[in-house]
Amino acid sequence: MTATLPRNKQSLALAVEPAAGKRRLSTAKAMQEAISQRMDRDQSVFVMGEDVGSYGGIFSSTTGLIDRFGPDRVLDTPISETAFIGLGIGAAVEGMRPVVELMFADFFGVCMDQIYNHMAKIHYESGGNVRVPMVLMMAAGGGYSDGAQHSQCLWGTFAHLPGMKVVVPSNPYDAKGLMSAAIDSDDPVVFVFHKGVMGLGWMAKNARSIGAVPEQEYVVPIGKARVAREGTDVTIVTVSLSVHHSLDVAEKLESEGISVEVIDLRSLVPLDREAIVDSVSKTGRLIVVDEDYQSFGLSGEVIAVVAEHDPSLLKRVSRVCVPDVPIPYARELEYAVLPTPARIEAAVRDAVAT
Amino acid sequence: MTPSTTQALTDEGRRALMSTMVLIRTYEEAIRAAYYADKLPAFDIGAGLVPGEMHLSAGQEPVAAGICAHLTPQDALTATHRPHHLAIAHGVALRPMTAEIFGRESGFGHGRGGHMHLFDPSTHFSCSGIIAEGLPPALGQAFAFQRQSTDRVAVAVTGEGAANQGAFHESLNLAALWKLPVVFVVEDNDWGISVPRSHSTSVASNAERAAAYGMPGVRVEDNSVEAIYAAAGQAVARARSGEGPTLIEVHTLRLWGHFEGDAEGYRPDLDSVHEHDPIPIYRDRLLQTGVLADGQYEGMQASAVQRVEDAIDFAKSSATPDPLDHLSYVFCEGVNS
Repeated sequence: MTATLPRNKQSLALAVEPAAGKRRLSTAKAMQEAISQRMDRDQSVFVMGEDVGSYGGIFSSTTGLIDRFGPDRVLDTPISETAFIGLGIGAAVEGMRPVVELMFADFFGVCMDQIYNHMAKIHYESGGNVRVPMVLMMAAGGGYSDGAQHSQCLWGTFAHLPGMKVVVPSNPYDAKGLMSAAIDSDDPVVFVFHKGVMGLGWMAKNARSIGAVPEQEYVVPIGKARVAREGTDVTIVTVSLSVHHSLDVAEKLESEGISVEVIDLRSLVPLDREAIVDSVSKTGRLIVVDEDYQSFGLSGEVIAVVAEHDPSLLKRVSRVCVPDVPIPYARELEYAVLPTPARIEAAVRDAVAT
Repeated sequence: MTPSTTQALTDEGRRALMSTMVLIRTYEEAIRAAYYADKLPAFDIGAGLVPGEMHLSAGQEPVAAGICAHLTPQDALTATHRPHHLAIAHGVALRPMTAEIFGRESGFGHGRGGHMHLFDPSTHFSCSGIIAEGLPPALGQAFAFQRQSTDRVAVAVTGEGAANQGAFHESLNLAALWKLPVVFVVEDNDWGISVPRSHSTSVASNAERAAAYGMPGVRVEDNSVEAIYAAAGQAVARARSGEGPTLIEVHTLRLWGHFEGDAEGYRPDLDSVHEHDPIPIYRDRLLQTGVLADGQYEGMQASAVQRVEDAIDFAKSSATPDPLDHLSYVFCEGVNS
């Protein structure tokens, strides 16, 4: 246990959200590059999880790392999430900076005690004397008929429980910057990546899952939202793959004279409440789009932020989420529950109709 | 410098074990007195200077004394919801520990943790209130020690009830697979709250379970502090030399209830349990063999009382946390947003 773990001083000099440049990477490759750059400069950083070694991560988050850093720093684990996530916690307590992968967010059920009772609480219970500088990354999301146990987002559950920062990048640029910031963080960070934004060759991918990423090291600050598109008529607050669906809808409706602002939260904890309020102050109409379950989650929280600030701002409010059912298997059923562009478009048209 | 862990026990070592056990018992008796002092006439678990659940370790002192005699403050120790004996034997400072139990600002966790959540970075001591879930973080501490090319070890202590949890088995497998410098210690006090071991555990000895993971397993009977010392010496030496983990199960004794206020109506041995109290048994043995001279035991008691009273006075005179400061320490910087 290190009572006063020094912050990674070098990181403080890093560029914050530099110009994107021209080089294009997939989100998966951008994440991997951030991890690799941090491993280059800091021997205490290591990667651990199921199939993160020669396979390179089931969703390509660690491709090539084992070739560069070897099996001592890129460790394939047994299928023992409680043991290896807990191992990450203990290593972090002793001054290392583990990047641990939980293969699917859906799998938290077999290891949640280590996550929410240990990783997230040790700093608080110790009165700030013990830090847990750990990244727990995990794949989320559906749309490819993987059924009810391999398609959930669940980021709202982690965000609900105190003591973890939660980031959910939607694109390669943010994925690299947020991963760098997460590894630098002295707090535990849950890094949730939607499979649909990774740019995988074996899954339908959004055009924006490959994008411009600077080669240099940089950070995207945790807790800072991004205005993904400016608009004046209606605000969509969203995250991850739904950002792209929302942008597609916004582009389509522009020709009809409907101006949609899209806020990509990027972080759920801390939540950039100011960015939400600023946008709704301008448009007066709020739609929250979330691929997580509707009730008791992110969408209600975002609406509450505005309502607590000034309920008179809200001329119209609605949400496009997964209704409170398990994710179905059959394509027709699954796409009936996902926040598809068609559902988002209908919500925008409804919002601006009054 | 680390102690030579397989060294035969000297008379001085025996007196040190006795002294540690006396300090623990004195501490637990004092906490128990403080716990009940202002819960009369009607017991209210949330009332008083020491509120909340209180799991005291009387009877289990031999485990703590025998294991921790082989450790330095550079070695990690993870304990359970019943952590005081292990903390004391590992050298955790009594003042901030006691202040934390009293919920004071000067406690280890500034009153955020309580008696099941004691964290002392200077001795790498921690505990968890969730059964068996202290084992995985101990693996990580051992992993860090291994990667830092030290001979430091991590000791993970659980009760016998924890040996039926998944975290226990996952941890044994991973520790053995990666040859981590860990010593697993199971305190078999016969009872998982009210459920006897015979109703919870399919094997006679949890040490047998070590074979399933390719590590040595040792069962120590009779709550014998010297037998525990010997078994722990071998296990710690094995871990320090890079040979991997060992599982030790100690048949110990829960002298008091699961928690204070537990009427123990389920327990048939209530009337005779004190006959097995390890402290007078070991004291008498050391007196009979001449290891303890007349008055030495009383000297240990007097010294213990002085230290414990100092810690309790410190706790009682410490400030309570500022209620307005309740958001501090969720994250490293600033308050929770």
